[in-house]
Amino acid sequence: MAYSNKVRESYLETLNGLKNAGIFKMERFIHSAQAADIIVEFPTGASLKKVINICANNYLGLSSHPDVIKAAHEGLDTRGYGMSSVRFICGTQDIHKQLEKLVTEFLGTEDTILFPSCMDANAGVFEAVLTKDDVMISDRLVHASLVDGIRLCSAMHDTFKHSDMAHLESKLQLFQDKRIKMVITDGVFSMDGDTAKLDEMVTLCEKYDAMILVDESHSSGFIGKTGRGTHEKCGVMGKIDVITTTFGKALGGASGGCVSGRKELVEMCRQKARPYLFSNTIAPVVVAGVLKVLEILSATTERRDKLETNTAFWRKGLIDAGIIIKEGDTPIVPVMLFNAKLSQDFSRDLYDEGIYAIGFFFPVVPQGQARIRTQISAGHEIHHLEKALDAFKKVGKKYNILGKTKQEIIDMYGM
Amino acid sequence: MEEMKDVVLKYVIAEYVEDDSEIKYDTPLISGGIVDSFSMVSLKRFLENKYNISIPDDKATPEAFDTVNKIVTLVNEYVKK
Ligand SMILES: Cc1ncc(COP(=O)(O)O)c(C=O)c1O
Repeated sequence: MAYSNKVRESYLETLNGLKNAGIFKMERFIHSAQAADIIVEFPTGASLKKVINICANNYLGLSSHPDVIKAAHEGLDTRGYGMSSVRFICGTQDIHKQLEKLVTEFLGTEDTILFPSCMDANAGVFEAVLTKDDVMISDRLVHASLVDGIRLCSAMHDTFKHSDMAHLESKLQLFQDKRIKMVITDGVFSMDGDTAKLDEMVTLCEKYDAMILVDESHSSGFIGKTGRGTHEKCGVMGKIDVITTTFGKALGGASGGCVSGRKELVEMCRQKARPYLFSNTIAPVVVAGVLKVLEILSATTERRDKLETNTAFWRKGLIDAGIIIKEGDTPIVPVMLFNAKLSQDFSRDLYDEGIYAIGFFFPVVPQGQARIRTQISAGHEIHHLEKALDAFKKVGKKYNILGKTKQEIIDMYGM
Repeated sequence: MEEMKDVVLKYVIAEYVEDDSEIKYDTPLISGGIVDSFSMVSLKRFLENKYNISIPDDKATPEAFDTVNKIVTLVNEYVKK
């Protein structure tokens, strides 16, 4: 009972500060399975509404796929619900090893180790494989989980400007004397939907004797001709030393992550990575689901092909409507509104039109770059996308942003 | 020869400033969020290489690196010796 009023007040003050700044996060409750069509309660207490979801990481539409659900049921029946142990005591089943093997084959690496999440993979990997004699050189826009992992590691750390290869090269020169140099990037960047220049990065790493780590959370399963990821798209399969990725997005969307790459490096994680040693791994039911996902994706590229078609349709539709998007070819399509309040109002109006998409603004994205991040799925049918486009046009017209330049929108609404 | 404070200022702008915000000799760099404390290492290396000095790690604090003026003061301590 030492939760004094003084302590309570200080928390309330911080929380109210967030509310006043308009950055207090609220959850919307979904009363159905994750899919293109979902049933939502928003605001809390409001009557339920069927809406089209265009902000999930469910890129391949596998989150509620009947075959995946069936496989998960079977996993539950044959391997039980929980392990009640970390991996190295009595928490490793045959299916965990099977999944590690399958992921290794899918990504074209040497070996794989599962983690409870990709957040945990990123938190554990650096400390396990680097020492204070080494240096980590990361893109300035890498995901927060990589930033946290980097902070936990005793190696020196420096950054390079986003996707700026000349700047990366200057950093590699600067740290020539280091024992191990590790370059760190996302494969596809989650906020902008742009793709790392992995081919150029691999060339630089070879030239300066550096390793490369890529977080493929927003790529695994659908980027590249057979969906293996950014390394496939950039023609550098087998040349990425470390891949971290999640099963919590395209690959079934439940949870779990991994470190996949050079054999010895993966073994170092098995011996030393703390989230692996001190936290339970992925539950059997989820492992069974991911195994099915990888089986589906290894058999056919149908789903990533459909995602590609849907993405092209969506990007063209928005551009034709005179809406500003971040250029690219990934299913992450940010609709740029620049002003934070406008992004919130726009999102709310879309919801009224039956479209679920969220506005992002500072500090999640840089000041003056507020946006609605749309994410396309193979679970969408063209009719979903047409309805969503109509909604964007209607709301866009209401706010008079169609066909307007960035400057014109900023003149109307401010940064 | 170019004055040290201009060398440092030029480096900081080229390295860390990606919009058109203005940086002066006394602009707080780290506490002002312009340079994240991670990226200090390359600044330290740059200074060491450029002026042929070695700054001990325990002297390279975020406070000592917080403005161009402070950086120049720090570097000068080692250049003279
Ligand atoms: C790039 C990236 N890495 C890692 C993660 C974390 O994944 P997980 O949910 O498996 O912890 C995310 C999720 O937001 C992500 O976007």
